[in-house]
Amino acid sequence: MARIFGNDINPCECGRTHAGMACDLPTDGTGAMGQAVEETILRAVFPDAATRRAMLTTFGAATLLAAIGDQLPLGIAREAFAQTPAAPEKRDLKIGFIAITCATPIIMADPMGFYRRQGLNVEVIRTAGWAVIRDRSIAREFDAAHMLAPMPLAMSLGVGVASPQPWSVAAIENINGQAITLANKHRDKRDPKDWRGFRFAVPFDFSIHNYLLRAYIAEAGLDPDRDIQIRAVPPPEMVANLRADNIDGFLGPDPFNQRAVFDGVGFIHILTREMWDGHPCCAFAVPASMPREMPNTFAALMRAIVEATAYSNNQANRREVAAAISGPNYLNQPQTVIEQVLTGTFANGLGQVQRVPERVGFEPFPYHSMAIWILTQMRRWGQLQREVDYAAVAQQVFLTLDAGRAMRDIGLVVPTNPMRTETILGKVFDPAQPDAYLNSFAIRR
Amino acid sequence: MNRPVSAWRATLLSLVLLGAFLGAWELALQGAGQGGGPAVDPEYAALVGQAAATGGQTPMPKPSEIGARLFQLLSDPFYIRGPNDQGIGIQVAYSLGRVLLGFGIAALIAIPLGFVIGMSPLLNAALNPFIQVLRPVSPLAWMPLALFTIQDSSISAVFVIFICSIWPMLLNTAFGVSAVRREWLNVARTLEAGTWRTAFRVILPAAAPTILTGMRISIGIAWLVIVAAEMLVGGTGIGYWVWNQWNNLSIADICIAILLIGLVGLALDRLLGLLARAVAWHE
Repeated sequence: MARIFGNDINPCECGRTHAGMACDLPTDGTGAMGQAVEETILRAVFPDAATRRAMLTTFGAATLLAAIGDQLPLGIAREAFAQTPAAPEKRDLKIGFIAITCATPIIMADPMGFYRRQGLNVEVIRTAGWAVIRDRSIAREFDAAHMLAPMPLAMSLGVGVASPQPWSVAAIENINGQAITLANKHRDKRDPKDWRGFRFAVPFDFSIHNYLLRAYIAEAGLDPDRDIQIRAVPPPEMVANLRADNIDGFLGPDPFNQRAVFDGVGFIHILTREMWDGHPCCAFAVPASMPREMPNTFAALMRAIVEATAYSNNQANRREVAAAISGPNYLNQPQTVIEQVLTGTFANGLGQVQRVPERVGFEPFPYHSMAIWILTQMRRWGQLQREVDYAAVAQQVFLTLDAGRAMRDIGLVVPTNPMRTETILGKVFDPAQPDAYLNSFAIRR
Repeated sequence: MNRPVSAWRATLLSLVLLGAFLGAWELALQGAGQGGGPAVDPEYAALVGQAAATGGQTPMPKPSEIGARLFQLLSDPFYIRGPNDQGIGIQVAYSLGRVLLGFGIAALIAIPLGFVIGMSPLLNAALNPFIQVLRPVSPLAWMPLALFTIQDSSISAVFVIFICSIWPMLLNTAFGVSAVRREWLNVARTLEAGTWRTAFRVILPAAAPTILTGMRISIGIAWLVIVAAEMLVGGTGIGYWVWNQWNNLSIADICIAILLIGLVGLALDRLLGLLARAVAWHE
């Protein structure tokens, strides 16, 4: 595998290299953990070192342990010890977030106690915009952060930052849950072919929103750089800009699509799940060094996040979650707006009530195929000017092993293959053939 | 022409103007936001705002609504419910803390430096181009540079206050010091006063009113800058609170913030005004 980053990868004591991942120690009582338990027990039974050594040379460790095992349930002790999560190296953590529903698992894990249950004292800090999240993360003011899924890819590749900053996608936060919202005056222009000259807002240059909007526009035969205007606007300002007629629409995160409807400013043209069902949006990002430097904190954090993600994904919990996160400490929005986003029963701004329970989903597994699609789009629109080994970058940045382990720990089904064939805007994307996919587009840079 | 006006008549006129303004605002918004469109089905109406249900847009809040919200905010200004939800009093205190820190550091550097520049025409001429180039730079332009180099957002905010508020103090101190009357310096020399004695007993008192004027301009700029800085950096402070309510599209809260920012700015200015009166001298 081509090494793309300069960071050293040291072999773990378990004898393997993990390429930036935490060690996957067995939890069944064998391996290093189990040996440590055996050694401790031998020390306890024969506290005098000389005696212990004499006994060990005479009988051998196996015989001795078997003899002790008659009196003590050694197997259980070994297993129990291996499964008790080791104490986190750092308990007090700061996690930055942007006040959008994509951040639901990161936020709700605080009021609903998911961090606390893992022995972590987490402060979730609302942040002003994506560039600020990026800068404060690089400055290590945050131990982990809510980011757009393409951001750690761009940061790791050194695109849009001064020097490469290796950050990883430890888990995906949400799938779907975005929409194109248009100003009310465009009620009759529902065909993107008629959108020549429109001014659109997206939250950030390195966002799934930017890539999806561009793909959608290009699919209609318009060039997203020449025929329309795309501006990066912080999500909260999208509704105000739409109202002031500064933009004609936006492909943005909720709750702002719903907020535009709530305030009578715009209508929901299309949900992004109709473009790419199951697309990634936001990610739970950590510094690439975290799994090595603080493996126990990282593991505890991952359990908390994955558990919170699974809880948020359950339709039965959505109202409760909406109530927990809509207050001033978190999203600071009317509760009905958050509820409509999370339950999928919503006013569309055109006088109808729609029922789309799959409007937003929360699934943590960071498929490599998602990363590869994002990378092809960074190439397609000229953000990434050089050739990269798509699969290698995806493997480095999207931590499927760690997310998978945390999912297994809490009893979720872990996908066996990190590569998935996706259907995006009616076109099949085979992650094994990214170049063929990229070359099939006429409109590109 | 310049007959003295009685204070109560001026106050009365102020109140009448304020009342007329608020009344016009209130009246202008009576019935605003009604789209006049057909009433939609009640299920839909329950999911959208009051105005959107009839095809209109959520209107600008009325003064009465803002007043009610102000009362609500001021009745409990000092609560702390987690890092992102703190009372308005706490936010103002955070901003004041940052302003006083940045302004304090600026004063500690600007006044001695201004003294040196003012006493030396050579230094004055040499440093003047730099000062003139850096002085008009907007706080928003300093912010990315500060974030990139300092790598700590709260220190960056203080730095931006510092760098924006240092110039008026520096220039005024230099001007005040260089404008001290020749005769007074000559008298000091005749009396064989040393350099330090002259600086503290003659120049400082003579230049004090000009220095205070510089400080007064600086504190105004510092308070102006804090809102922009906190909006960018986030976390705490009245500027962040404005940004945060903007997130929530809560125009009433933004009106309240504008009022509070104005009042605190007035208080800071008055404070330095009192100080200036204490050091003023007349011949």
